[in-house]
Amino acid sequence: MSAAVSAITMPKWGLTMTEGTVVGWLRQQGQRFAEGEEILEIETPKITNVVEASSGGTLRRIVAQAGTTLPVGALLGVVAADEVPEAEIDAFVAGFAVVEPSAGDEAEAEGVKPRSIEVAGRRLRYLELGEGDGVPVLLVHGFGADLNTWMFTQPALAAGRRVVALDLPGHGGSAKDVGTGEPESLTDAVEGALDGLRIEQVHLVGHSMGGAVAKLLALRRPELVASLSLIASAGLGPEINASFIDGFVRVARRREATEILALLVHDPALVSRTMVEDVLRYKRLDGVSAALARIAEAWFPGGRQSLDLTSRVATLSLPVQLIWGRDDRIIPVAHAEALAARLPVHILDAAGHLPHMEKAGEVNRLIEQFIAR
Amino acid sequence: MPQKSIRQALNEALAQEMRRDPTVVVIGEDVAGGAATEGQRDAYGGVLGVTKGLFAEFGEARVIDTPITESAIMGAAAGAAVTGLRPVAELMFSDFFGVCFDQIFNQAAKFRYMFGGKAKTPLVIRTMIGAGRSAAAQHSQSPYHIFTSVPGLKCVVPSNAYDAKGLLIQAIRDDDPVIFCEHKLMYDLRAEVPDEPYTIPFGEANIVRDGDEVTVIALSRMVHYANEAIDTLAKEGIECELIDPRTTSPLDEDTILESVERTGRLVVVDEATPRCSIATDIAALVADKAFAALKAPVRRVTAPHTPVPFAPSLEKLYIPSPERIAAAIREVHGYAG
Repeated sequence: MSAAVSAITMPKWGLTMTEGTVVGWLRQQGQRFAEGEEILEIETPKITNVVEASSGGTLRRIVAQAGTTLPVGALLGVVAADEVPEAEIDAFVAGFAVVEPSAGDEAEAEGVKPRSIEVAGRRLRYLELGEGDGVPVLLVHGFGADLNTWMFTQPALAAGRRVVALDLPGHGGSAKDVGTGEPESLTDAVEGALDGLRIEQVHLVGHSMGGAVAKLLALRRPELVASLSLIASAGLGPEINASFIDGFVRVARRREATEILALLVHDPALVSRTMVEDVLRYKRLDGVSAALARIAEAWFPGGRQSLDLTSRVATLSLPVQLIWGRDDRIIPVAHAEALAARLPVHILDAAGHLPHMEKAGEVNRLIEQFIAR
Repeated sequence: MPQKSIRQALNEALAQEMRRDPTVVVIGEDVAGGAATEGQRDAYGGVLGVTKGLFAEFGEARVIDTPITESAIMGAAAGAAVTGLRPVAELMFSDFFGVCFDQIFNQAAKFRYMFGGKAKTPLVIRTMIGAGRSAAAQHSQSPYHIFTSVPGLKCVVPSNAYDAKGLLIQAIRDDDPVIFCEHKLMYDLRAEVPDEPYTIPFGEANIVRDGDEVTVIALSRMVHYANEAIDTLAKEGIECELIDPRTTSPLDEDTILESVERTGRLVVVDEATPRCSIATDIAALVADKAFAALKAPVRRVTAPHTPVPFAPSLEKLYIPSPERIAAAIREVHGYAG
């Protein structure tokens, strides 16, 4: 039964990844594992992350040894039940077609390119993955980030549904004009994008400032929103790390950027030089510093959050869950703990302000289970 | 993101800054691109095509063709800069700086000081450097070290299209005279370059690749030769960190010193001649400020102390090669004291 034989392939994390290096296997050849268990670790110039099992089985063959660098889609290992004969594994490996990026695959490559949509005269960039009848998901990033923050989240959620990751005004590949920069104005942009994409119902996943935007949209258009997953969300209390916000607005050089970005994570090793360079390349664009300064002034005047939706969130009749890293140094985890009696709250150990990257597998599972209800 | 050549990146930087700021003007030999006759204007866009399209868009008041007289170009540009314009002057070959060095060295570079800090001189001088075209001794030099040695001048030596655009825009917005050195063999080299304007701060080196065993510092075209050498050495198990200072004045000393503190081994690659050069300057910096960290002598891979040969075979030997760079890295890596 060859259907019982499946491939572990080189994943594609983010827009620019073309190849990755196998850091090491966390399971040995012949070892059994359950769905969701960590199988191996992959490194790119940008980030290192673990690949988790999409289903249970036995690791029958390790094809790519530690240290090997291979293109996205390349065969890394083979999973099958114990009773599948060795010959069938051999045949699977021999017959595995490596997807070469050639002219024939242009249509496919085209499909994962970001596109843009005009909302109230402003160009917003978005990336769409997946198709199917499932209620779509919209991913809204936080202050200073862009759709690449969802590099581990978006592909995981894209089975059987559209998953759209949007760049907020002033961020990523979107126009740098942020208007007033105020919460309602960013919410207008997200609402306009959803309408433009003809999405009539959506699961909203928002991180940090994007979580507050998601909440505002749910309060404004409850019929549009099927559920809210809020990750380290803004808008649930006054505290925020003002030195991070100020530093991020001001920073222009690598050394300082590295220190500031380290505040985002539990393990500073996650902040690679390439990640710092990406942030600097964004920050160097004309208009970005002004846009961020305007947003920061509207959202976080005097180093405090201007928006507290805690009491209003409790009035929402749609499902809301909170996901937080225990070591969040940007928005304190106490904001989530305070709501634990009223909402499902998931606090993840050994994670900072980016649990969707630091604990991608766990966060993906929490969102999948939540939207499957 | 779109791939653009260095030529396109520079052209885009000039066009975007000229649109943004009406005081930005371009002046030089043939920058309007066609022998200054009505019918041929903008036919080519300068001898290198970098200024193509600017004359058509901005006209002759802002894209100024000059006679073949570098002293007049630089004199006019320095005067315009100190009286309110932001000229981008073209010194076609950097080898010609001698005839206009009073305007650069003793005028533009000194105005801020001579006028008690009340004058600024936002002048950019774009100029071509580099050997490899068999253009002989008078059209093949890389004298950025001479500009670097002059207080009051800033000196930019980009190695790729992304840096070229961001550094040229930064140079145009800078209030001091900047010498912007373009390698004549790299205009077609492509990289991802944003469509939007952006600036790269001066004095911020680019870490091209990470490594813990040997620090390699290279500029301009030598960044690519060094990268080739490091690729070879990576297969031998030697991990090098490659640093491209991007600007030689100001120089990002911290990034260089931090790297050498970690690796203890340094190779500097410089296409220019070795005496009083950037390679020598960086070697002195490290000897002065990171001596205790050094595990091996600093090695410089440079041109020899001779004029650039015309004969292609000799010119090839003159320019530091990936093989010579690799040999120097191996020597430094294997040094046992």
